[in-house]
Amino acid sequence: MAVEQHLTPPPGETTRIHDIGYRGYDGPRLGRAYARRSLYSQSLRGAYGLGRSVKSKVLPMLLFAVMCVPAAIMVAVAVATKAHELPVAYTRYAIMLQAVISLYVASQAPQAVSRDLRFKTVPLYFSRPIETADYVRAKFAALASAVFILTAAPLLVMYLGALLSKLGFAHQTKEFAEGLVSVALLSLLFAGIGLVIAAVTPRRGFGIAAVIAVLVITYGAVSTLQAIAEVRGHSGAIPWIGLFSPVTLIDGVQSAFLGATARNPGGVAPSTGEGIVYVLVALALIAGSYGLLVRRYKKVGL
Amino acid sequence: MIATESLSKRFPRVTALDRLSVDIGPGVTGLVGANGAGKSTLIKILLGLSPATEGNARVLGMDIATEGAAIREQVGYMPEHDCLPPDVSATEFVVHMARMSGLPPTAARERTADTLRHVGLYEERYRPIGGYSTGMKQRVKLAQALVHDPKLVFLDEPTNGLDPVGRDEMLGLIRRVHTDFGISVLVTSHLLGELERTCDHVVVIDGGKLLRSSSTTDFTQTTTTLAIEVTDSDTHPDGTAAVRDALRGRGVETHHEGAGLPGAGHILLLTAAGEETYDLVRDVVADLGLGLVRMEQRRHHISEVFTTDTAEGSGHRGDEQRKEAVGHGG
Repeated sequence: MAVEQHLTPPPGETTRIHDIGYRGYDGPRLGRAYARRSLYSQSLRGAYGLGRSVKSKVLPMLLFAVMCVPAAIMVAVAVATKAHELPVAYTRYAIMLQAVISLYVASQAPQAVSRDLRFKTVPLYFSRPIETADYVRAKFAALASAVFILTAAPLLVMYLGALLSKLGFAHQTKEFAEGLVSVALLSLLFAGIGLVIAAVTPRRGFGIAAVIAVLVITYGAVSTLQAIAEVRGHSGAIPWIGLFSPVTLIDGVQSAFLGATARNPGGVAPSTGEGIVYVLVALALIAGSYGLLVRRYKKVGL
Repeated sequence: MIATESLSKRFPRVTALDRLSVDIGPGVTGLVGANGAGKSTLIKILLGLSPATEGNARVLGMDIATEGAAIREQVGYMPEHDCLPPDVSATEFVVHMARMSGLPPTAARERTADTLRHVGLYEERYRPIGGYSTGMKQRVKLAQALVHDPKLVFLDEPTNGLDPVGRDEMLGLIRRVHTDFGISVLVTSHLLGELERTCDHVVVIDGGKLLRSSSTTDFTQTTTTLAIEVTDSDTHPDGTAAVRDALRGRGVETHHEGAGLPGAGHILLLTAAGEETYDLVRDVVADLGLGLVRMEQRRHHISEVFTTDTAEGSGHRGDEQRKEAVGHGG
């Protein structure tokens, strides 16, 4: 098939580009699983601006630093004052910095999916071996991993600091592990919600605003309602209200099962029964986001 | 390469393809039809992305209903619309697309460099795509369809939005995809004339039905139409009329086609029998002392073919008209 035209260089010319004609490709074609992995790593790198313009690196890197610096300061304080406990529990850290995490998801979820919709790159993916579900899984996994890196890195800083100041290995390891489980759940939940909202609109600005609205405003609204319930003496209602925002949902799960102190007004931890509802709602939201994304891309198709 | 058998696609209110049966062999095949004739729908179905309502088709010997993924591994697709992100370079983008087709990282980079060179992108391939001209973007779109060395590419309206020079370059490139790269091509267009020069075979569809499928050698036996425009001079205040009369004196009749179009009064259309017609026109215009503003082969828009059809009514007459119009393209 390939037409080769070897040109012999005239004497005296040693460096010269040869038109060797078209060469076919007979090497391996690695198929769907490989394409999915490639999309995953490209999207994960993209979530931190790697392989993209300098401008798009600024925000994710800045937010990453904002997440890690307080942890480093806490470790420094704990070491300097020879405290017996870290000033902030592992499970509390992400809730404390939820605004930063929400901002990260709001900025990177549209980056992950709206771009492909806006520039109509999606058909190029689906005219290749990968299927709709492969695309969705790769994007979902990439953003969830990116959020996990963002939320787990400060915990790791705290854990290493705690070990350095000899705060009790077994105790710290257990709490660190609980913290990791909590942020893993948070990553999946936030990534799912962020992607579903972002995949609806090809406009990046709308995506960012909508994700912030859902993550931050619901948290504000739920906290306000909980505060009212506390003042009116309906503290039994507090855990049920908490089901309606992603942040309080994670808070409920970890205060029921992962040894965290509830951060809601009144500090009411859900009972085990309520805790199971929390876990089920969180898992249903994650699965639902995945389902909605697959449906959305089935329609976008080509 | 492609074989469809009473392939139909019905949407709730529209029938996009109506029992289409066509065989397409290796080489460059043009798929011609007016907008909405079902060209893009056919490509989607052949890529295994949209199920056919009834009928079946095989691409490269594989069934579209069950072996879609295997087909897509061996097939390239260049969409009609813009599909390039502006903030990455052509190299980065095409490497990524090569990996999406299953090429290992090193091979993806090598193939990208090769393919971009073959489509005519050199130093600019390291710059973000946002700054490219339409012609360069079309080349990147073509490169991503070829980067995995498919056996067959679907090119949906590749000349859309290009100026005449860009159009010719793109058509030449498409021709090379088959002759030099050994890749078969299915290319769609609503311009019959430009496909006639590029393709070995032309399939005309309208309203989802097959109108005609034949090799281009059938078309080229008919003659082409020349459009001529001349200046006026003091001796010949109406240069167009003078040339018309002079040509009639030499036994060449001009057509009255295109009357009513802007500037149509200044354009003469005549049937070129061969090289000698061009010489004759040159001599006639020179003898009259007029300037030849333009002399070009006339391109026929496919919609003209169909409007003439409906206007003429009778099927037999329509068929002749169509054949003539096909011949005029150029």
